[in-house]
Amino acid sequence: MNDSHYCPHTPAEIKEMLSAIGVSSVEELFSPIPAELRAKTFNIPPGMSEFETLARMRSIAAENSGAMLNFIGGGFYDHVIPAVVDHLSGRAEFYTAYTPYQPECSQGTLQALFEYQTAICRLTGLDVSNASLYDGATACAEAAMMALRVTGRNRIVVDGCVNPFSRQVLKTYLFNLDVEVVEIAPLDGLLNRAELAGVLDDGVAAVIVQNPNFMGCVEDFTSLAEEVHAAGALLVASVYPISLGLLKSPGEMGADIAVGDGQSLGNPLSFGGPSFGFIAAKKTYIRNMPGRIIGETVDKEGRRGFVLTLQAREQHIKRHKATSNICSNQGLYALRGLIFLSSVGREGLAEMARLNRDKAEYAKERLAGIPGVTVLQSAPTFNEFTLFLPKPAEEVVAGLLRNGVAAGVPLGGYYQDSANAMVVTVTEKRTRKEIDQLVKELEAALCN
Amino acid sequence: MQLIYEKSIPGRKGVKLPASDVPTAAPLPENLLRGEKAGLAEVSEMDLVRHFTNLSRRNFSVDTNFYPLGSCTMKYNAKVLENAAALFAPFHPMTALLPQGNDFCQGTLGMLYDLGQMLADITGMDEVTTQPLAGAHGEMTGIMLIAAYHKAKGNRKRYVLVPDSSHGTNPASAAMAGYEIITVPTAPYGDMDIELFKKAMNDEVAAVMMTCPNTLGLFNPHIKEISDIAHSHDALMYYDGANLNAIMGKVKPGDIGFDVIHVNLHKTFGTPHGGGGPGAGPVGVKKGLIPFLPCPRIVMDDDGRFGLETANPGSIGRTASFFGNFGVMVKAYAYIIMLGREGLIRASEQAVLNANYIKEKLKPWYDVPYDMTCMHECVFSASRQLKQGVHAIDIAKYLIDRGYHPPTVYFPLIVKEAIMIEPTETESKATLDAFIEVMIEAAKTAESNPQALLEAPLTMPIGRLDETKAAREQNVCCLV
Repeated sequence: MNDSHYCPHTPAEIKEMLSAIGVSSVEELFSPIPAELRAKTFNIPPGMSEFETLARMRSIAAENSGAMLNFIGGGFYDHVIPAVVDHLSGRAEFYTAYTPYQPECSQGTLQALFEYQTAICRLTGLDVSNASLYDGATACAEAAMMALRVTGRNRIVVDGCVNPFSRQVLKTYLFNLDVEVVEIAPLDGLLNRAELAGVLDDGVAAVIVQNPNFMGCVEDFTSLAEEVHAAGALLVASVYPISLGLLKSPGEMGADIAVGDGQSLGNPLSFGGPSFGFIAAKKTYIRNMPGRIIGETVDKEGRRGFVLTLQAREQHIKRHKATSNICSNQGLYALRGLIFLSSVGREGLAEMARLNRDKAEYAKERLAGIPGVTVLQSAPTFNEFTLFLPKPAEEVVAGLLRNGVAAGVPLGGYYQDSANAMVVTVTEKRTRKEIDQLVKELEAALCN
Repeated sequence: MQLIYEKSIPGRKGVKLPASDVPTAAPLPENLLRGEKAGLAEVSEMDLVRHFTNLSRRNFSVDTNFYPLGSCTMKYNAKVLENAAALFAPFHPMTALLPQGNDFCQGTLGMLYDLGQMLADITGMDEVTTQPLAGAHGEMTGIMLIAAYHKAKGNRKRYVLVPDSSHGTNPASAAMAGYEIITVPTAPYGDMDIELFKKAMNDEVAAVMMTCPNTLGLFNPHIKEISDIAHSHDALMYYDGANLNAIMGKVKPGDIGFDVIHVNLHKTFGTPHGGGGPGAGPVGVKKGLIPFLPCPRIVMDDDGRFGLETANPGSIGRTASFFGNFGVMVKAYAYIIMLGREGLIRASEQAVLNANYIKEKLKPWYDVPYDMTCMHECVFSASRQLKQGVHAIDIAKYLIDRGYHPPTVYFPLIVKEAIMIEPTETESKATLDAFIEVMIEAAKTAESNPQALLEAPLTMPIGRLDETKAAREQNVCCLV
């Protein structure tokens, strides 16, 4: 079969090429592989046209439930995405290029990533950013490893209010490295500062917190930063970038490293990926940063250009002594993040953050009006908050899913004594009508 | 070109957000608020579109230029894959983790499961996790699985052994799993020196990491012997799947002694490289390592329903937020079912044909340090050109002027002035012939007018950049 749309050679061309090489068949080119090592089976089904392929993919997508009314977050959020994000990141000059090793013919990617780094620095209030990591959870783990290198210490303290998936990834990353991870159990949905003070000594490399935290609570970690610094440790703040349109930035609080997941910045939910992780830090730590960093410079004639810089930190040069093993990052999704942030802009991000909070406060008030339902009151919230139900939350959430409403994330699987608690997320995409529908559905579910 | 921040005008907006339909909430306490709004760009939609469109035009890419970047498999990325991925944009990953939420995610969980099965068949493994987010992430996951295996058996292991031709990610990933590195030199026949390997091998070696074909593009004829020796010390064999594009349907790593493999979906399985990512690095393992796979693990019950196993006591834990770079997986899945059995075999065959064709045609002009039948890529040395003062990088820059993305240069590290060419199977003979002509021209120019190569590129918006200045000044963020 001459199926040549992706492998273009005609039989005549193949013959010509073989004769130039001096072999009689393509098979002969595989002669370095000993016969006894050759594959005995290959069970991939026969191929098909692109039309049949797409039809198959449609039927797979249709096996998922259709549109779910989302009041769930947990690290990924259902936000608006301006059309420009898809169209511009969908330019093949961006998405079919690779890591910009050759700067002269990669200035498009390099300048865009420099602009991305700038946006992340301005958002987080810190000095330097890299060109992206894989996701928020791995960024958190990389920040911990960075703190271990900076301080030469071997203990990481993590607030139990940090996203449980990030904490799990952190433990996986550090498991083999002779590093102790101390987790502080939450107190009323907040960092237990007294317990933290008890473990904060000169063996601690970093304290990791999240704002808003997994229960939705917003805290000011300014005084915490001072305590952490007094102990000679670094403060790592994991943040939800949309909230930074409104909330105090990690830099303003005195954090040394900020990390987070960039999904909310113009990237679809897409069943969990791709998104991107971001990491920003104070300038003094730049040589300990993981991953690619883009720097500004000039050519011989003084024209401005951008290059991969400080590559002596990286695996292709330093090998096992590199600051991280990361090679491919999530560049295209970081580009989407930049396009998103440049589209909403300075005012738009603030407006979007306010919208999120206004909608969430409206939902909170309405939901709290349901008999038997109470709200976690220990701190103000942004667009997520914790509800206590008169029934096990898992049961309620499972029931509402059947009505097409993802009402919230039950906390029972993540925290002790939280079987009746769930976190509700309300983004700017949710209309008043949809929020009212949630209230009605939840009320009905609790009456049964 | 101006930065987008240099085009900003205070108060300008690129998008209109929906008006609020709820009351304004009482303000947050002052100490929780940021002092000043973040200094993001303020441009109109038109200005934004023009900015990024013009930026994109400053890139070479697979769709615009031949891109024979060795070790990166820059094959054509079928457009239909983009359409396929868009179908899955609305699905929230958290849904699957809600109580009974898997009922609503049968399509997405099932696709991940099926992709795992197909990759297991292609690689000869027993089970695949799709969680790792890139090749290096897969390596780290794979070595952690090996560490868990040894720990469970009570083995005391300290080292991971790699050939000196290996990708830098191999030793870097092994170090992240807590191992020290032993590097074994390459023999004149172009593969890890088998005698030196035997000497280096000991009971404290946890794993041998290999790329096969290796980064010289050569298939290691001693591979079975190496894996037998490794296994006799209870060291496991790790297969770096970066070069899998050479052998689909021809050899299965699991059949020839490998225990763990990662696959780069963005290389072999035709998903775009995105200007640096996202990739995806699913990891396949032999049966004995299944208990250690990351959670949540996608499982199928007796009725053919898909679910998640979230609490597996032996698991190394979670390696990423959710189920991996799902959108990349959709594209790889569509690629595999579209090419099918014959298409995948044909892809590997023509990738190998193209690399050997380039090698033979350029051999009279460039030194080939390890001259034998290669697989999907071939490695030259510019050592002959160096006599005229021309380095591999100068040839690379000349190629840019002629409209070609340069091959990988200075890698593998064991080849002086290395030029590593991976044409892939999707390039036509006409493209290869034109490229070969330009490479010959470069070799001739190196003899007749070396200065011309040293000055390249001349046709780009910028010339060669001062990398020392970039590293010294560390301007990584716009200060305007």
